[in-house]
Amino acid sequence: MKKMRVLSILVKNNAGTLTRVAGLFARRGYNIDTLTVSATKDHRFSKITLTAELDDIMLGQLMSQTAKLQEVVSIEELFDHNSVLREILLIKVAVTHECRSKLIEIANIYKGVVVDLSRESMIIELTGKPQKIDAFINVIDNFNIVNFCRTGVTAVQR
Amino acid sequence: MKYTGAEILIKTLLDEGVDTIFGYPGGAVIDIYNALYDYQDQIKHIRPSHEQGGVHAADGYARSTGKTGVCIATSGPGATNMITGIATAYMDSIPLVCITGNVASHLIGKDAFQEIDIYGVTMSVTKHNFMVSDVAKLQDTVRKAFSIANSGRKSPVLIDVQKDVMQSMYEYEPKPSLPLAQLPQFEQSEIEKLAEYINNANKPIIYAGGGVNSSNAGKELRELMNKASIPAVNTIMTIGVLGELDQLNLGMVGMHGKNSSNFAIENSDLVIALGTRFSDRVALNTKHFAPDAKIIQVDIDASEMNKNVIVDYAVVGDVKEVLTALLPLIETKNRQAWLDNIAEFKKEDYQAPCCEEQIKPHQLISYVVNELGEDLIVVTDVGQHQMWSAQYCARTKPRTFLTSGGLGTMGFGFGAAIGAKVGNPDKPVVLFTGDGSFTMNMNELKTAVDSKIKTTTIILNNHTLGMVRQWQNLLYNKRFSQTDINHSFDYVKLAEAFGAKGYSCKTVNEFKAAFIDSQKQDGPVIIEVLIDQDELVLPMIPAGGTVEDIIME
Repeated sequence: MKKMRVLSILVKNNAGTLTRVAGLFARRGYNIDTLTVSATKDHRFSKITLTAELDDIMLGQLMSQTAKLQEVVSIEELFDHNSVLREILLIKVAVTHECRSKLIEIANIYKGVVVDLSRESMIIELTGKPQKIDAFINVIDNFNIVNFCRTGVTAVQR
Repeated sequence: MKYTGAEILIKTLLDEGVDTIFGYPGGAVIDIYNALYDYQDQIKHIRPSHEQGGVHAADGYARSTGKTGVCIATSGPGATNMITGIATAYMDSIPLVCITGNVASHLIGKDAFQEIDIYGVTMSVTKHNFMVSDVAKLQDTVRKAFSIANSGRKSPVLIDVQKDVMQSMYEYEPKPSLPLAQLPQFEQSEIEKLAEYINNANKPIIYAGGGVNSSNAGKELRELMNKASIPAVNTIMTIGVLGELDQLNLGMVGMHGKNSSNFAIENSDLVIALGTRFSDRVALNTKHFAPDAKIIQVDIDASEMNKNVIVDYAVVGDVKEVLTALLPLIETKNRQAWLDNIAEFKKEDYQAPCCEEQIKPHQLISYVVNELGEDLIVVTDVGQHQMWSAQYCARTKPRTFLTSGGLGTMGFGFGAAIGAKVGNPDKPVVLFTGDGSFTMNMNELKTAVDSKIKTTTIILNNHTLGMVRQWQNLLYNKRFSQTDINHSFDYVKLAEAFGAKGYSCKTVNEFKAAFIDSQKQDGPVIIEVLIDQDELVLPMIPAGGTVEDIIME
């Protein structure tokens, strides 16, 4: 059964490494949902965190294929119970005078912050687990959402 | 002491034991050739007609000798011409180091003359590739490339070197080769588990693939077969590892494999897969592959586990190391009932008919391999002749059957035959090819003539793209779309135009006479053999089929 997987890949910090990992996913026919890359404590390495919908067989294949890349140091699956998973949402909503305070009220419940405000719209920033972001977007769905952007999951093991 | 990058490159190749290079000069590699000028007595250089042929030659050299094939091409078209060759080696896990020049660093990304991002282009057909833009990193990059190409599952590696790197000066001191990466480690408990599967099986069958060849595990494989009376089938990549004379070896399995091999897999209760990937030409229908059997698998590459067929138990490791650890735990058994079953299956193997007036493929192949003996290196292109060669080449030694098994590259043969002969000057090399495959890269005949490489090319000419025609014949209602060639090509004149000797024949006697005469020639020879257009490769199980679907006529 397919489910959302979070994979944490430690790679050598060389030019082209991201292409190798992303290219492998593409040519083996797997679709990446989110992807983040960041520096690590040791500047020789970077961390790629990605999420994809995979079943167990696909996961095994993908992990062993990825592990074969010369630039990949290690790959592991992260789980909610042993890792902290976070992503950031920036969402722009068209607002009228009447609905503005209502939206701020909901954002407050989710610990969202209004980072931009104009007469016609506002932008809310929200950090949290992907499920929390999903829930927030769902709750304000009846507002006039102009657009939004999510960073994708980044994660650290406990 | 300081040297130019080009000299450092050549010196490092020599440090890695390279004595043969297949390469083609050009603007971006002119510095390499300038350096090579001083090393002509230490490095044999073969210049193909086309870079694709050069890579196939390096590949044939590597397949037949077990060494790393080395090839050079210039930037842009030189580099892109290599790609089919690199991909061919990649699909069959052949170690190559391919070196391309690129434009100077100040021109990179500017769409300069003959600039191409070969680093990006070859990413998916190499195990790894490098772009060298700093002469300080050149020597170690070359050393790493050889180590990566030969570590674990072997594969091609490409090094793209910018032109100014080859002109820059840097310190060089000879360094030894880098060690190969450690082979995957396995636990004794895993070996015990494998042994348990094998000892408990009544009808086990070994399914041996190219990994047995790459890990030189033929001896251990034979010990396992003989100790426990386990019959084996081989893939096209394992021809020669098990000999025709091995009683327990049934022969090739799969689409054009022997009936007995396919029946044995179908009726087994345990498939022991060694160094093989359950390709779609063997596991034609993955859902019905060995329907009553447990499947255990040994492979050096963890990503082969559960890739094409879901297995019951798998051990990641080098086949030779795993078999060595496994053998003491295997019980001696005679499994007579199973061997009696197998003997019955053998009675159903296809028997090809003979004909004197128009020679049949199996007759001419059998004749040639009998004449030239067990040291003969058989090379093929791709298509019907490839399957006939696989079926009748009767090789008994490893590395004596060279074919593009994974990628199925028409045009592979001539280059590969040149490479095989360069690597094995004392052994006869025969290329069996078809009229379709031969014309794809026949320009390499010029290479063989120029470099005085004695190869025998036997063209099974049926005036059609035989394998595609066979599918059209059997599966596409005889709608022969774009397959018949029907050109009035004169192969004898063609050979002569290139400076080679040519023959054309049809009957058994004509062929024998031509072949005997051809072996007296010094240079390369071409023998055209006219065969029937409707000759089929039999038996055949269509793609996606099972033993229920075997076609025998």
